[in-house]
Amino acid sequence: MIYADNAATTKMSEAAIHTMTELLQDAWGNPSSLYTHGQKAKEVLEKAREDVAAAIGAEPREIIFTSGGSEADNQAIRSAAESGRRKGKTHIISSAFEHHAVLHTLERLKKEGFEVTLLDVHENGLIRPEEVEAAIREDTCLVTIMTANNEIGTIEPIREIGAVCRAKGVLFHTDAVQAVGHIPLNVKEDNIDLLSASAHKFHGPKGVGFLYVRKGVPVTNLIEGGAQERGRRAGTENVPGIAAMATALKEAIAHMPENTTKLTALRDRLIDGLLQIPHSALNGDRAQRLPGNVNFCFEGIEGESLLLLLDDKGIQASSGSACTSGSLDPSHVLLAIGRVHDVAHGSLRLSIGEDLTEEDADYIIRSVGEVVTYLRGFSPIWRDLMAGKKEFIL
Amino acid sequence: MALYSEKVMDHFRNPRNVGVIEDANGIGEVGNAKCGDIMKMYLKIEDGIVVDVKFETFGCGSAIASSSMATELIKGQPVSEVKKLTNKAVAEALDGLPDYKMHCSVLAEEAIQAALEDYEKRTGIKI
Ligand SMILES: Cc1ncc(COP(=O)(O)O)c(C=O)c1O
Ligand code: FES
Repeated sequence: MIYADNAATTKMSEAAIHTMTELLQDAWGNPSSLYTHGQKAKEVLEKAREDVAAAIGAEPREIIFTSGGSEADNQAIRSAAESGRRKGKTHIISSAFEHHAVLHTLERLKKEGFEVTLLDVHENGLIRPEEVEAAIREDTCLVTIMTANNEIGTIEPIREIGAVCRAKGVLFHTDAVQAVGHIPLNVKEDNIDLLSASAHKFHGPKGVGFLYVRKGVPVTNLIEGGAQERGRRAGTENVPGIAAMATALKEAIAHMPENTTKLTALRDRLIDGLLQIPHSALNGDRAQRLPGNVNFCFEGIEGESLLLLLDDKGIQASSGSACTSGSLDPSHVLLAIGRVHDVAHGSLRLSIGEDLTEEDADYIIRSVGEVVTYLRGFSPIWRDLMAGKKEFIL
Repeated sequence: MALYSEKVMDHFRNPRNVGVIEDANGIGEVGNAKCGDIMKMYLKIEDGIVVDVKFETFGCGSAIASSSMATELIKGQPVSEVKKLTNKAVAEALDGLPDYKMHCSVLAEEAIQAALEDYEKRTGIKI
């Protein structure tokens, strides 16, 4: 079995599983209790906070543990919006291809009277800092732009965007769920005020994540209750999960240089191989992209059929086809980079992990080629394209 | 639980009656407004009987399986019976489809009805 859907979730690392299972046994106390067992859990929790903070160049008190990336996104945006509203600033800037955790939160804020500008992500999937600058107004309270896109893997110029925001006195949030543990990040050098991350994207457990909030930035509480997380997020902490996240993150950062070298070579091998398939195209900038992300469109075919047949060949991947989404809408990311509906239909995302081999990559290239050819063989769209009744787009 | 029934997967993996009939006398092509998929049915009708049928589909697993099953259901049948084919019958023959995939079987029903209309138009024979 070849697992090529690491952008959806990753397998937990051995070390993270070890941390988690050990702590389930040994540190089950409530960190808020004052007796020894509670205090042991508290120690574990605060050590994890130090490790997580160090991984992104933050201070421990700037880290809020959450239930994952979605909660962190919600809290970051809600916090900046509430503090903006208090000053009469109700304009937010974001991009058209953010994760739904961001876009749906912005939709909700629009109903509450906020105005939202979604920046163009252009054909290469890269946001331009000068366009961020031009969009900032007197009443802008927040710019929220993802560090790396979850579908097409493009890495955004967040340091430059952050600098623009800093200069204009506007808060900058970045959804770094796909980036943390995969590319170097430093909240100070990258001019970030708020950052979201999720453990299950870097070989940690699901249902755990964190929000970085720069010292001095006001926070709105989404979950009212006890005084955990210094009153910024109530609920007894998921101590084993949080500690396992810290273990996974430390590991990811320690191995980042060699993982990046290995994955980048495999990614490029896959891209070059898949480009040999006629009427195919890579989605998103080729250079400014995550080491493990490959995303293609193949004209004349539909993505769900492609995925099912690849699954039969032991390859697990994903697609932005309308047919694979419960809502039957094609991927908003592919539409945002200008792919038309028909072409977005035939999309394939391979998000590879460190355990992939060159043989696996070659097997994927061969298998995708076979399946695409097979499906085109009875596609009425492909027939029309080949007969010249329709024009090729790719 | 798997996304699709065994029957759906069987018809998806080994679709029956795939291809084109060069001398078809009824051709129907329909698109799905919802997800954008396209299905094309070719019928060869002789003496009121569907003697041959082939399809081409650009669509999801359940669309391909629905096309395949629909062709099996109508092959060799009198056109008067074929006209009564519903998407429900196709879905039932496939041991069911997930709710949000029912519209894929509608595509099969509509493609066949469109092919029958084309036949009526070409031949002037009313079914
Ligand atoms: C870019 C991005 N943001 C947010 C999320 C949500 O993270 P979580 O699943 O931890 O809530 C994901 C993962 O699906 C993601 O890829
Ligand atoms: S035809 Fe698109 S979902 Fe089935």
